[in-house]
Amino acid sequence: MLNGTEDEEKWLAEGIAGIQHNAFYMHRALDSNNLREALKYSAQMLSELRTSKLSPRKYYELYMRAFDELKRLELFFKDDSKHGVSVVDLYELVQHAGNILPRLYLLCTVGSIYIKSKEAPDKEVLKDLVEMCRGVQHPIRGLFLRSYLAQISRDKLPDIGSEYEGDADTVMDAVDFVLQNFTEMNKLWVRMQHQGPGRVREKREKERSELQDLVGKNLHVLSQIEGVDLEMYKETVLPRVLEQVVNCKDDLAQYYLMDCIIQVFPDEYHLQTLETLLGACPQLQPTVDVKTVLSRLMDRLSNYAASSADVLPEFLQVEAFSKLSNAIGKVIEAQVDMPAVGAITLYVSLLTFTLRVHPDRLDHVDQVLGACVKKLSNIPKLEDSRAMKQVVALLSAPLEKYNDIVTALTLSNYPRVMDHLDIGTNKLMAMVIIQSIMKNNSCISTADKVEVLFELIKGLIKDTDGADVDELDEEDFKEEQNSVARLIHMLYNDEPEEMLKIICIVRKHTMVGGPKRLPFTVSSLVFSALRLLRQLQGQEGDIVGEEASMTPNKIFQLLTQIIESLSAVPSAELALRLYLQCAEAANGCDIEHVAYEFFTQAFVLYEEEIADSKAQVTAIHLIIGTLQRMNVFGVENRDTLTHKATGYSARLLKKADQCRAVYACSHLFWVDDQDGIKDGERVLLCLKRALRIANAAQQMANVARGTGGLVSLFVEILNKYIYFFEKGNKQITSSAIQGLIEFINTEMQSDSTNPDSVADAFLASTLRYIQFQKQKGGVVGEKFESIKL
Amino acid sequence: MNFLIGAFKPACNISITFSDGKSRKQVPMKKENGKTIMVSLFQSKESIAGKVSIEPLQGKKIEHLGVKVELLGQIEMYFDRGNFYDFTSLVRELDVPGDIYERKTYPFEFSTVEMPYETYNGANLRLRYVLKVTVSRNYGGSIVEYQDFIVRNYSPPPSINNSIKMEVGIEDCLHIEFEYNKSKYHLKDVIIGKIYFLLVRIKIKNMDLEIRRRESTGSGANTHVETETLAKFELMDGAPVRGESIPIRLFLSPYELTPTYRNINNKFSVKYYLNLVLVDEEDRRYFKQQEIAIYRQQDS
Repeated sequence: MLNGTEDEEKWLAEGIAGIQHNAFYMHRALDSNNLREALKYSAQMLSELRTSKLSPRKYYELYMRAFDELKRLELFFKDDSKHGVSVVDLYELVQHAGNILPRLYLLCTVGSIYIKSKEAPDKEVLKDLVEMCRGVQHPIRGLFLRSYLAQISRDKLPDIGSEYEGDADTVMDAVDFVLQNFTEMNKLWVRMQHQGPGRVREKREKERSELQDLVGKNLHVLSQIEGVDLEMYKETVLPRVLEQVVNCKDDLAQYYLMDCIIQVFPDEYHLQTLETLLGACPQLQPTVDVKTVLSRLMDRLSNYAASSADVLPEFLQVEAFSKLSNAIGKVIEAQVDMPAVGAITLYVSLLTFTLRVHPDRLDHVDQVLGACVKKLSNIPKLEDSRAMKQVVALLSAPLEKYNDIVTALTLSNYPRVMDHLDIGTNKLMAMVIIQSIMKNNSCISTADKVEVLFELIKGLIKDTDGADVDELDEEDFKEEQNSVARLIHMLYNDEPEEMLKIICIVRKHTMVGGPKRLPFTVSSLVFSALRLLRQLQGQEGDIVGEEASMTPNKIFQLLTQIIESLSAVPSAELALRLYLQCAEAANGCDIEHVAYEFFTQAFVLYEEEIADSKAQVTAIHLIIGTLQRMNVFGVENRDTLTHKATGYSARLLKKADQCRAVYACSHLFWVDDQDGIKDGERVLLCLKRALRIANAAQQMANVARGTGGLVSLFVEILNKYIYFFEKGNKQITSSAIQGLIEFINTEMQSDSTNPDSVADAFLASTLRYIQFQKQKGGVVGEKFESIKL
Repeated sequence: MNFLIGAFKPACNISITFSDGKSRKQVPMKKENGKTIMVSLFQSKESIAGKVSIEPLQGKKIEHLGVKVELLGQIEMYFDRGNFYDFTSLVRELDVPGDIYERKTYPFEFSTVEMPYETYNGANLRLRYVLKVTVSRNYGGSIVEYQDFIVRNYSPPPSINNSIKMEVGIEDCLHIEFEYNKSKYHLKDVIIGKIYFLLVRIKIKNMDLEIRRRESTGSGANTHVETETLAKFELMDGAPVRGESIPIRLFLSPYELTPTYRNINNKFSVKYYLNLVLVDEEDRRYFKQQEIAIYRQQDS
């Protein structure tokens, strides 16, 4: 078959040559007004179309050549002054041709003139032509012949408003004619599949699809007939077209024609005839891609609905949704072998449709999802990635439409659909949901919804059975968990009671997340609870005693439990921070023992869990910072805690850290508040101790490395001195500051000290500050005046 | 030389003219030498009248033993060359023996001549009508002149004209039902009909309708039958499927048909058949032949 195409080229060239040859003589006959010769040579020319050797594409080339020639012939026929034969006689004369194909081409050509002459009723001629064309049963030749008939008759149909309009049923005649031609063409087209030499199926299908538009053109013509109103479309056109479509039992034709119907006729016709149109779908061959057909239909209708609000009542009136829904159900039922992806695609289309047409009808959405669940539950395991994509599309559609997860949460079938996703996709979907919430800043405000939501995103919340943990990408995981953490902040209700419920639910879900997830979620949860606490405080007084269950104590208990869960992780540093936050909150609530308890927990953690020296430094500073702000403690408790804190500070590993922690501790004794503790003596003690440590550090450095250094420590301490001096601590004197400054200067100039530009700059700006304060004048200026630089 | 030419020339010119020759319809007739000439058309029971004029050559006289005109209807069999069977022979004596010195004209008339058979030019025979003028002479042989004319007889439309309808087939292979609207057609008629495919298990390539003429001559053991296909008209191109019905519309006017002749003078018959032929892809032919009657209808 290698030279098959070559041969074809050759045959085509021969055919064209034959046409040209005969056309030449035909032209001569036309020029000399010789009808007899013209008929003879035109028939011979048309005989070239009798070939069986060409593929549709090549045959089309040949056909077009002949077509052009026929146009010339038609002009000649039209002018009876040239040939002197009446059109009626001409109509008979061309039928004398012995071969059927040339005969019918000529008949159609003359027929077109016959109609124009109006010497016979239009419909009679058309009927005769379409009937006579039956003689050509060869698929390709027949299709082209009938296509020629359709072509020449197009502008001559007895349509309303056309000059060929006849009596009352005139449009019917036009429709009958086109329908008949359509039916016959479709039969021929379908038959192609089963005829001809036993060539490969694919090739035949390809050839057929090259011809499909010839058949489809008839439907186009039908849609162009003015007189085809809804009534006629409903009563005649559609039923007859569908009858042909269903009866031809050919998948290629059915698919193409259904699509064609959907595309060529107006939307409102589809809407009004949905039942009929949809009724045909389950009757199609099982191999027909009904889902695409239906999808297209729904897309069209959705666009139609979107085009104007005026048309929406129509949709309601015809119950478009339930009809479509039923149809889809039937199709899925009928086509047992349809892959899951097909069914789901259908549901996606239906969903899109209902979202566009009935955005207010959530029950429809839920119904679609429910149907989908039902379908999915028959499939043991959804492994098709395309199907999975469709499910994601299905689930995303309502989110996109409503921009509000809250709406989706009311859909009972939503989580059931998600259950059918594989782990990865499920997570992906959960992320989509979370992102949607974030994007729209939607607040989920009831416990029920939160419950549903967490049900939805459980893929992110806990390890799923059988999930391969090793495969997890660390970064993805982090991002997922961060999203969950962010999500928790979106759960909010002004009603403390409801909010507490929400928190409890979130806690219930997040607690099962396992050690990897807890660090991400716990802090969100804690802060969420703390927010509730503040909320409660804000409302306090209004609801006192009314809600016995809602005391701050209760919340703190909860908080303790939440943070304790971190012990399993372990993530001591985080827990410590959270404890401190809670302590601060308890401080805000004025509950001393709770605050103390939190601090205790924090210290315990510090002692037992935080071994890393760097972490210790950070932790101790946090503790000091928090403790400094606490005002709830009585003297005893406070002493205990500050004592602990200073003790820890002095026991840090590095001297420099020790020093810094200790001078930070000085703040514990001086709270710059109205009624804050102001224990100047102990401040000074701390600073002196810091100085001692700094000295020790200096010496150790000298001994160990022969270098000085750490002068900056002294500068830092100097700054503390200045701070307290400024705040009015009587124990800090200007002379002490001056002494320190001198000491630092000496240190800096000593040989053993390496030049340290940072320390120099630090000192310089400190001195500049003093200078500045001096120049300020007033009380401050006087105070600083005593410091000599 | 002049003498010689004169010797072989007929001694006179004889011309035969019909009295209504100018108004009478002329139709073409093919002569034996292949040429077509126009001759007058008659039908049975018409009177055939005219004039015979005899004009001797300049300056000559013709001595004759009598002048007569004959109207002959002859059947000539080609395989029996030279033998004519005269089924009609009428004679009018025009002149008693004597001499003709100058142009002389004789009127004649055969009134209400029975001419039951039509002029026919077939494959193996012909039927002709001719006027024969004989100037009998003692020496130099008789001078004879012929004038052909054509006879066509018209029939009224048949009172009974049933359609032809038949179901034929090959078991489990091909079943068709065909219908021709009439069994009797006139010469300018149109055959309308259809073929309905009840069962198709063979791959048909095309289908033709043929008009066949069967001319049989002689009788008994000497019968000669000649069949000619006068028309081959393609009805269908390609292979139909079950349930398909194919229309037939065949105009008879383009073909050179004659009416059906049955047992003309016990010498010959001419019959017409419609032959429906289906050709399959292996070029096998399946056919069914049906006789139709053809008659000549008076032009309206």
